[in-house]
Amino acid sequence: MKIAVSSPDGKFNTEFSPRFGRCQYFIFIDTDTGAWESKPNPALSARGGAGPQAVEFLAKSEIEATITGRYGPNAYKTLEAAGIRAFIADAGSPEDLLNRFNSGTLEEVKSATGPEMHH
Amino acid sequence: MKISIASGKGGTGKTTIATAFAQVLSRAKYSVSLLDCDVEAPNSHIFIKPELNQFEDVNIWIPSVNAELCNGCGRCAEVCQYHAIVVVGGQTLVFPEMCHGCGSCTLECPEKAITEIPNKIGQLEGGLSSEGIKFGHGILDIGEPMAVPVIRTLKKWQGLNEEEIVIIDSPPGTSCPVVESLRGTDYTILVTEPTPFGLHDLRQAYGVTRELGIPAGVIINRDGIGDSGVEQYCKEEGLDILMRIPIERKIGQGIARGKTLLEINPEYEIPFQQLYLKIKDALPGVDQI
Amino acid sequence: MKQLVILSGKGGTGKTSVAASFAHLLSQQNTPFKTVISDADVDAANLELVLSPSSVSREEFWGGSIAEIAPEDCTACGICAEVCRFDAVNIKEGIYSIDPIACEGCAACVYQCPEKAIQMKEEMAGEWYQSDSKYGPLFHAMLFPAQENSGKLVTIVKQQARLLALDEAYDLVLVDGPPGIGCPVISAVSGADLALIVAEPTASGVHDMHRVLKTTAHFGVQALVCINKADIYPQGTNEIEEFCQQEGIRVVGKIPYDTAVPESIVLGKPVTEYQKESAASVSIRWVWEEVMKVLQEMEK
Repeated sequence: MKIAVSSPDGKFNTEFSPRFGRCQYFIFIDTDTGAWESKPNPALSARGGAGPQAVEFLAKSEIEATITGRYGPNAYKTLEAAGIRAFIADAGSPEDLLNRFNSGTLEEVKSATGPEMHH
Repeated sequence: MKISIASGKGGTGKTTIATAFAQVLSRAKYSVSLLDCDVEAPNSHIFIKPELNQFEDVNIWIPSVNAELCNGCGRCAEVCQYHAIVVVGGQTLVFPEMCHGCGSCTLECPEKAITEIPNKIGQLEGGLSSEGIKFGHGILDIGEPMAVPVIRTLKKWQGLNEEEIVIIDSPPGTSCPVVESLRGTDYTILVTEPTPFGLHDLRQAYGVTRELGIPAGVIINRDGIGDSGVEQYCKEEGLDILMRIPIERKIGQGIARGKTLLEINPEYEIPFQQLYLKIKDALPGVDQI
Repeated sequence: MKQLVILSGKGGTGKTSVAASFAHLLSQQNTPFKTVISDADVDAANLELVLSPSSVSREEFWGGSIAEIAPEDCTACGICAEVCRFDAVNIKEGIYSIDPIACEGCAACVYQCPEKAIQMKEEMAGEWYQSDSKYGPLFHAMLFPAQENSGKLVTIVKQQARLLALDEAYDLVLVDGPPGIGCPVISAVSGADLALIVAEPTASGVHDMHRVLKTTAHFGVQALVCINKADIYPQGTNEIEEFCQQEGIRVVGKIPYDTAVPESIVLGKPVTEYQKESAASVSIRWVWEEVMKVLQEMEK
């Protein structure tokens, strides 16, 4: 399946971005093959409502799960509606996080993990 | 006559001036209302001490989508300029704090699946002060971003608009809450302090009154604490300096305690009466007493 | 990388003076945090007046769009006026036009006009700047008078500061916040790790401090309080200290009223640089030390 990890620099083995809506890039990873690509986040320069717009982008790209540091209520609400599973982590590179995802050791969230951010 | 009081920089003394002005005019037997439009951080009530007995919620009308009628066409999301409505996973989601209550999505939905429901963003409070000043202020709810709808509703609130003299205490700054407060007023008093910050922000504030086409004059508060930059600027721009209030520890301490300028120093009655006459003279065409 | 925002609720309590001093102290040798500075008070951007920056770049800020009626296509049917909720449609001698100041850019009229006579026009609403100062890089902006979307411009200033900080391995983004609690403040608070509230012990100051503390709490941002001009009204200072104690909010210092502060502003310098040993400077340094400790604790 395809998953997305928020990233500040679009690289596979540097520290991920703990912020979701306004991260610079998403790293799309195929969990079966390990193939990955870096995609600039179109919501970065969006006028307001970055979280939901980032989710729209991921939904259109057929992403099935996301990994970041925290989700605001608006982003989470949209992920839920889109049927995209939401995971969080404290630290790690997209490479590390892929391994943890595959071994089932990442925490999945069932509600927003932080108050909304008015971006 | 509607007189607004603005500044650009915060803390220059708008509320100090607005409350004393309202008191002086009320004593002179004019019918006066005072509207505190600084809905993010309203303070005038601390000084005027009105008996608040009128209350009204301020609502924005936000869309509510009937999931059964909605076919997921996404037209609502297309027309929304604020990304307040999003269609994803076959669901239409509304984000109330992004919504400006414009009604566009409701009008455009081809399935008529959207109705509007009220979303409270603040409230209005009103009442009479002991001297007979009709008072009203707005309070923006914590966490709500938009001050403008609260200000707009306050300014239209029944009974506050009909007094002979309406004094509007506006928020600091120069963006949309200030514009909404000043719009439709006949004259703006720009309150500043004679410092580099005061001057910098006075330029911005004067830019607003010019943009709105409202005649303006300046009051220099805490005169003596800085330099002559503001005075020079007023001279260059042909801006009337309507009054100067010298820096006085007694005034600062009185304001700290919630006393109005008039209560701290009753001798300010005459300068405020003169202030009114100066403004009157500056507005020959306006409906006056 | 951390983000520290300086707020007050009430205007004029001394945010910018404290922010400028913080920028100065953070630029000293052995600083705990290499810092990018940003001025989020885009309506009344004063930080540059005391940091004397030199401009590196200037960018346009296109805030939003305003509706415009093409008079040759308009049939004066009045539908736009009916749907507009912002009193932005002017009718003068039968001619319909949009008031650009009242228009909120919702485009409802555009979609409802049967003649398709209305279009949205993008508006340049201000500028933002990246500057160099002896205290570090400074991001600031100017919203043109009477413009909307100040929240958006605040977001841009902060984003740019953050991007530079990430690119060049800075440790801290310092944000000089705007007064109030609405959209510009919410944008300034967004993403902050810590808020320092500069409170004034006057009746108004205390009232507004309560509002801004509720706001930081609402957005889950930890707040510290310092009391500026603390000696002008001891009763107010006590009130603040008692309240903070009850709520478990740390008061990290009290700064006395000191003429060195207005003097330093006239000279265009942070007060801690202008007169290191003045009462205000000593107190601000104390506040700074306490705030730094809290930020350093957060890293662990």
